[in-house]
Amino acid sequence: MDFVSFLIQVLNSLQYGLLLFLVASGLTLVFGIMGIINLAHGSFYMVGAYLAFALTSLTGNLLLSIALGIPLAFVFGAILEWALFSHLYKRDHLEQVLLTYGLILIFEELRSLAVGDDVHGVAIPELFSASIPLSDNLSYPVYRLVISVVCLALAGGLYWLIQKTRLGMMIRAGSHDRDMVKALGIDINVLYRTVFALGVALAALAGMLAAPISSVYPGMGSSVLIISFVIVVIGGVGSVWGALVAALVIGFADTFGKVLLPDLAGLMVYLVMAVVLLWRPEGIFKKA
Amino acid sequence: MNDMSMFRVNEAAQWVTPAAAEQSPDQREMLLEAIGLHTYYGSSHILHGVNFHIRKGEALGLMGRNGMGKTTLIRTMMGFLTPKAGGVLVRGQRMTGGPTHKIAKLGIAYVPEGRGIFPNLSVKENLLMAARAGVEGQREWTFDRVMATFPRLAERLTNGGGQLSGGEQQMLTIGRALMTNPDLLILDEATEGLAPLIVREIWRVIREIRDSGIATVIVDKNHSAVTALTDRSMILVKGQVVFDGPSEEVRNNPELIKKHLGV
Repeated sequence: MDFVSFLIQVLNSLQYGLLLFLVASGLTLVFGIMGIINLAHGSFYMVGAYLAFALTSLTGNLLLSIALGIPLAFVFGAILEWALFSHLYKRDHLEQVLLTYGLILIFEELRSLAVGDDVHGVAIPELFSASIPLSDNLSYPVYRLVISVVCLALAGGLYWLIQKTRLGMMIRAGSHDRDMVKALGIDINVLYRTVFALGVALAALAGMLAAPISSVYPGMGSSVLIISFVIVVIGGVGSVWGALVAALVIGFADTFGKVLLPDLAGLMVYLVMAVVLLWRPEGIFKKA
Repeated sequence: MNDMSMFRVNEAAQWVTPAAAEQSPDQREMLLEAIGLHTYYGSSHILHGVNFHIRKGEALGLMGRNGMGKTTLIRTMMGFLTPKAGGVLVRGQRMTGGPTHKIAKLGIAYVPEGRGIFPNLSVKENLLMAARAGVEGQREWTFDRVMATFPRLAERLTNGGGQLSGGEQQMLTIGRALMTNPDLLILDEATEGLAPLIVREIWRVIREIRDSGIATVIVDKNHSAVTALTDRSMILVKGQVVFDGPSEEVRNNPELIKKHLGV
């Protein structure tokens, strides 16, 4: 592999890993802080992608659609938490799995009713449609770079939110001792609703950003869900930084696995998971 | 509500204090009040009709041997437990069974037994996350004032809450409770398991808090320290109030101490 192809694969790994981080960060927060196993988290990625498709069909502009889609997804998440997930906190994992698996089926069915089962494409925004030439016949699309930059900025923003703001301190405190948080006069329900809605918005944003490169298709949430759970487990449940590191590890393992060991491509991610868990059974980072 | 504001004891009370009963009605605002609480843990009946009240600026000692219901009473009044019968009023508002955060926001701060610090937050974060103005907008307790009150914490600001010694953890929980600028501070076994030097330090701070006008409910095994620090004392025996009167009377009544508090 020459240097330019190597560089392209590195950039692809970063972009894929960072996009996965957007989905996995919400999953790990909801799992780590509220103790909810949310199988429907991948559906939010799917919902985001279809939202991008639907809104772009209306507005003709993906960037505008994303600007509209993020608050919509946040509100959708808050309503979902209020109506369904808030009743799950005191229940066991089996009931959580039942409800959230049911939600996957419901979301897929609703998607089928609303937009059908066809594969749709979403156009890359005009602004970022160019490619950067890297050699005579190889180039790298600007849009993929934009995705990486946006995801990195969001990772930084999440770090700031969780480590530096009072909201973040409350969230971390709530993951340790909910009763004490309540006794300090903090409404833990509002806190949980905010975290859940944030997770939904991040997963939906990942779907919206991915729509132009992966296209929009039925069942697109399921593969992302499984890989996101792998990331949560590798990174350490509840750890956003663990999720970032693990997402990048998976991004590289998957991308380079396909290039270097095409025969084992499907297995690479799970081999990496097995190795990490043998080394650190609780994940790279323990719970934040 | 008038009858609630007067001195009351349970039927089981053996030491009724006529002096207290004749006292002119206290005009200070009622902060926290419980009427006829019956609280259960599963099928075990812990509180048997407990009445409780504390007014603004009052210092109250809550005593009794282990397992007599002190912590259950506090947890019921904080809204963590819902009584089968009876009610809780916070500043005159019905708050039976919570929500706890609303009770706290009405100016009630709780320092639980076992302290309840957040070990995954730094000392500074433990304090800052709780900062809030009081019910009347008062901001007397700031981060700086807590630092001045607990100089030992100032040296440990970036340490994780879990890296502190027991005494430092206790100071951190008290400091954190003060950051909410409460009108009432409930301290459940604040000195338990601490070295004598640290215990003295904690009592000094509690006295300072009391003198600043914050009402205090002090639960502690050391009855002489409690009665020295409080105006009024309550003694619980098997989930019933057997004494509710001036702390002085407990101090001067060795028979009462021996019967209900002695080990």
